[in-house]
Amino acid sequence: MSGMKKSFARLKENQFLFEELVKRDFKIKYKRTILGVGWSLLSPLLTLLVMKLVFTQFFGRNTPHYTIYIFCGNVVWSYFSEATKGGMHALIGNAEIFSKVNVPKYLFVLSKNVQSLLSFLLTLIILFLFVAFDTLPFTWRYLMLVYPIVLLVLFNIGLGMVLSALYVFFRDTEYLYDVFLRLLMYLSAIFYNVSNYDAHVQRMFLINPVYLFIKYFRCVIIDGNLPSAQFHLLMLADTVIVFLLGCLIYKKNNTKFLYYV
Amino acid sequence: MSVLEVKNVSIRYMTGDFKQIGLKEYIMRKLSGNYHVNEFWADKDITFSLEKGELLGIIGTNGAGKSTILKAVAGIMEPTEGHVHRSGKVAALLELSSGFDKELTVKENAYLRGAMLGYTRQFMNDTYEEIISFADLKEFEDRPFKQLSSGMKSRLAFSVASMVQPDILILDEVLSVGDGAFRKKSEQKMLEIIHGGAATILVSHSLPQIRNMSTKILWLHKGKQIACGNDVQGLCDRYERFLNGDKEALVQ
Repeated sequence: MSGMKKSFARLKENQFLFEELVKRDFKIKYKRTILGVGWSLLSPLLTLLVMKLVFTQFFGRNTPHYTIYIFCGNVVWSYFSEATKGGMHALIGNAEIFSKVNVPKYLFVLSKNVQSLLSFLLTLIILFLFVAFDTLPFTWRYLMLVYPIVLLVLFNIGLGMVLSALYVFFRDTEYLYDVFLRLLMYLSAIFYNVSNYDAHVQRMFLINPVYLFIKYFRCVIIDGNLPSAQFHLLMLADTVIVFLLGCLIYKKNNTKFLYYV
Repeated sequence: MSVLEVKNVSIRYMTGDFKQIGLKEYIMRKLSGNYHVNEFWADKDITFSLEKGELLGIIGTNGAGKSTILKAVAGIMEPTEGHVHRSGKVAALLELSSGFDKELTVKENAYLRGAMLGYTRQFMNDTYEEIISFADLKEFEDRPFKQLSSGMKSRLAFSVASMVQPDILILDEVLSVGDGAFRKKSEQKMLEIIHGGAATILVSHSLPQIRNMSTKILWLHKGKQIACGNDVQGLCDRYERFLNGDKEALVQ
């Protein structure tokens, strides 16, 4: 617990550095673009449009509120993939800095995550606008969306730490993760409905943490209710495991990264 | 109590297979027992201590382990053996111009560097004008960093880093940055900090500079500590003899 307290104290100490890193990452990402942050909104909307046009014929017929359905899937998925991919490059991309200055290395991962979190939250607002145009009611349960959002943030940070460490040690990680992401996307039921599968196959989907997050959003927004308590616990367990794993890897290898860059 | 105490510090680098190979090779070699890691001691059993106001000059040829020991003192590296005890604030000026971002402006880079060195935003706001005028880059402050010449880059780095009064100051070949005029100015600034009571470590290939400024000498050769002492001129003479080809100087 005291270690945790120390980490927080250290985080506060490094607040200025953190802010500057976030600023830098933003500037680099949107340098010489006309739309700037607008791209972060346009790209999920375009994906949504294409998916809607292409898949409505196949999957939209037995899925009510199909547009909102794929939007929920997309918004979670693009945050997840963008944050973890960005996180993966956080260490290597800043190798020049941490091999010359003594800075806490997790700040690089956090900074990358802030960026994707912001696009996520902006897209979420658009999603709510879509919901408002649909006939779906806003209920108090929307407040519970804080739960999956906070967990998803921690999950992405944790996985980002794991990936960035692996990427330092093995550059193959980038390609492997690309393949992994693509496969996982098809397994996350973004544009199709799992209710067509047998019950035991449907349960298999719960192994995929990203699916859990997507399902939570759909549950609240489309079905207007909350998932079970076990469902909440499962998400919590996934997140805690991944986050702790990330912290552990960083703690263990903190002084080793230097030798591999 | 010394401000800085380095006790029996050894630092080991791993070389060999582990770095350049990919995952497949790693697994193949692990399975076939063909995975080799070599040890390389960049520093072996280095011991010295430093008091307030002292200036330690580290001399030695390339690959002597000078920069590595500095990294251990700065806390960037963890010693493999032994320990480093620091009391107070450390400011390390290592390879100045790296770690900047070429797309950001000069001003943004100054702030980023300040943040990396552990300054507060308030401090940067207060001293920014001083920094930029010391570096003589006022008219460039909104230009992208990549448009600067390498001398200008080092000037900015030096100016940001020299704004504090640290307890331990580490200088790795930084007094040779910029043109003649700036060099003079930066030396002046360094002396100010040193006389302000900092314990300083200076690595330089300019022996006259070492002779002029040091109060203590540490001589490293291939990771080993050849000598450490207060006889600055004597040790420098010996080192010079060694550089001129007298191998005896190493042992005498």
